[in-house]
Amino acid sequence: MGSTSEFNRRDLVKRAAALGIVALPAMSLLSACASSGGGGGDKAAKGTKSAKNPLAVNDSAGLDVVIFDGGFGDAYAKNALAEYTKEFPKAAGKAKLTSTQKIQSTLQPRFNGGNPPDLVDNSGAEQMDFGTLVSKDQLTDLNALLDAPSIDDPSKKVRETLRPGVVEMGQFGGKETWILYYAYTVYGVWYSRGNLAKLDAEYPETWDDMLALCAKAKKKGIAGWTYPGKYPYYFPFSLYPFIGKIGGPEVLRRIDNLEPNAWHDPAVKAAFEAYYELYRKGYILKGSPGLDHLQSQNAWAEGKALFIPNGSWVENESAKQIAQDPHFQLAVGAPSSLSAADKMPFGTLWASGGEPYIVPKEAHNAEGGMELLRVMLGRKAAQNFIKQVSSLTSLDGGTDGVQLPPGLESAQSVLEKAGKNVLNPRLQDWYVALQKEKIGVGAIGEMMAGRMTPDEAIKKIQKYADDTRADSSVTKYKR
Amino acid sequence: MQHGKYRFIAGFLIVPLVIYAVFVISPFVQAIYYSLTDWTGLSPNLRMVGFDNYVRLFHDSVFWAAVGNSVTLLLLLPVVTLSLGLFFAFMLNVGGRRRKKAVIGGVRGSGVYKIIYFFPQVLSVPIVALLFQFAYNPESGALNSFLGAIGLDGVQPDWLGDPQLALWCVMGAMVWANVGFYVVLFSAGMSSIPKDFYEAALLDGANRVNTFFRITLPLLWDTVQTGWIYMGILALDVSAFAFVQIMSVGPGGPDYSTEVLPLYVYQRTFRDGQAGYATAIGVSLLIVTLVFSAVVMRLGRRERLEF
Repeated sequence: MGSTSEFNRRDLVKRAAALGIVALPAMSLLSACASSGGGGGDKAAKGTKSAKNPLAVNDSAGLDVVIFDGGFGDAYAKNALAEYTKEFPKAAGKAKLTSTQKIQSTLQPRFNGGNPPDLVDNSGAEQMDFGTLVSKDQLTDLNALLDAPSIDDPSKKVRETLRPGVVEMGQFGGKETWILYYAYTVYGVWYSRGNLAKLDAEYPETWDDMLALCAKAKKKGIAGWTYPGKYPYYFPFSLYPFIGKIGGPEVLRRIDNLEPNAWHDPAVKAAFEAYYELYRKGYILKGSPGLDHLQSQNAWAEGKALFIPNGSWVENESAKQIAQDPHFQLAVGAPSSLSAADKMPFGTLWASGGEPYIVPKEAHNAEGGMELLRVMLGRKAAQNFIKQVSSLTSLDGGTDGVQLPPGLESAQSVLEKAGKNVLNPRLQDWYVALQKEKIGVGAIGEMMAGRMTPDEAIKKIQKYADDTRADSSVTKYKR
Repeated sequence: MQHGKYRFIAGFLIVPLVIYAVFVISPFVQAIYYSLTDWTGLSPNLRMVGFDNYVRLFHDSVFWAAVGNSVTLLLLLPVVTLSLGLFFAFMLNVGGRRRKKAVIGGVRGSGVYKIIYFFPQVLSVPIVALLFQFAYNPESGALNSFLGAIGLDGVQPDWLGDPQLALWCVMGAMVWANVGFYVVLFSAGMSSIPKDFYEAALLDGANRVNTFFRITLPLLWDTVQTGWIYMGILALDVSAFAFVQIMSVGPGGPDYSTEVLPLYVYQRTFRDGQAGYATAIGVSLLIVTLVFSAVVMRLGRRERLEF
């Protein structure tokens, strides 16, 4: 006891801690990335162009593909890669596919270092910002692929085989197409036909019927709606097309263009007030503001709530929970009509591309990356995707001869019913921070939790939109 | 021999000094450099923009919300965690009923408690965060189920979904995860305090509270100070980031009520592609950290006790 060496040791620990303070802050993580030079330019020689190889892929060059491993998994891409190597047997050993949920942290050093992969599924929470990639000239123009003949029918260009709107979504105001969305997502109000049948109801086509059905459910102790309160930006999946339905596509276009007072349109107010009514009358599952997407989907799949705003990936994501109830019969509904004065008919909905694929500009084998996309946009790969993950692809068709699961079947039929009335608001891919964190969490989430009135929410959103417009560091887009 | 003494010492330290310069000093200098550019993080092209990032930072309300929350964590988290740690350690080592033969001793079963307290330390941060997220689940989580079971059906908070509560919920999980380590650390420190001090105090009729404040705390001061600094780093840095990122609404919400500086650095870099701006936030985080450590070192300066 009482030797002084005890103190010396403690002293040392203390000093080490003080030094540690200087070493730890997160900033030091960042700076390591940029300095590793940007040489690049190391490209594979082009192959010979032929009818079978319209993109002139070098048949012995390696191929490096990075896939986002999310709701759709990566098996579909692996199968497509197998097709590719069947086509180019010499590349077989050199074609590799990596899948990750951390797209940006995996790829950022490679973009900075000038050796990015040849094809990337830039999706998920760590999606790299498209505006930045495009404005810094990091992507390959995919028009070469779009103008190449389709793999099934050489007389048709790839461009002509895609669903409407897919090509436009990949453009950023110019002729170049930077992104190809592979999946095709139908957004809307998802429900169980079985659970509605228990209440002797069908999907309500008008908002009054919606409220009446919620009232009926409430009497039986079932909530009308639930939503992932941790990610309230799920609400727009049914709310934005609802706004578009009430006020016409022009309202959404002005919102996308960040025009002044775009949010003060009467259609926005009407839609917000209708949704707020759900909260005010107690039709929202208690506790929803604290749930994440899986928890809310579980509660909904267990029949605790009838409706959930979501996209067509929900069928795959919640497959296990839905399968618990053999009478569930998953289906999707377009936004209900608020009144007869709505500018668009019932059936108008939001559908657009998902899973954005990009070919980096500095890719070693950009032609190979595009060729793999061409393979994926063939009927065989598309059908494989539909079967595996029950989602539609950007390839128009491909569903015939495939036994579709109930949710996808329903998505397919509402899409047919919508015909030309498909809306495609772009906030979520143009201004991610504005859409998710500001409008989603900061305003819609607050409103649906009852902490803000529709008027306050709209005012706040308009201010967010104005701030984004004034922020010179954010790249702006117009449509 | 005085001449050339430092050169002689530096000669021995050359390797660690170089490592320190490369891995600690140079990232700092680089970070300050990048904070003056418009680097996106996605391309090697960047341009100097002077102090633009800092000017923007000054007008950025989200940044100030993050500063507020980080400073709240910085002030409260060490106090709460260390007080609890000290209290538990004292009870485990000194605070028990007096027994025959032993001058001091812990409460009954202190050996078991020590293991239980240390248990959270074995779990990784994401697991603790996830566990608490389940407990806070307003719809079927442990907390609300418990409230319901004891008849408080009317009190069913949204926990992480409520901007008034969210930061406290995150803080609760962080305290739970860290307190055990300090119990063990302080226990070790207390066991090196000579027993005769306690004996003398007891003879003079000191009660437990007096013993704690007059003997245990002063003799443990160095350890407490070290713990304070570690806890402060935790509150500002990686740990706060992990807990908020996993648990909170958004993350960072609702309505920025749990936004903290490291999370904002991450979002600006990886979501918005504004690494230059994020580095500027990082530099401000560095300033907060330096101020904190300077204050702690100054306040904590006391005369050493030799025993």
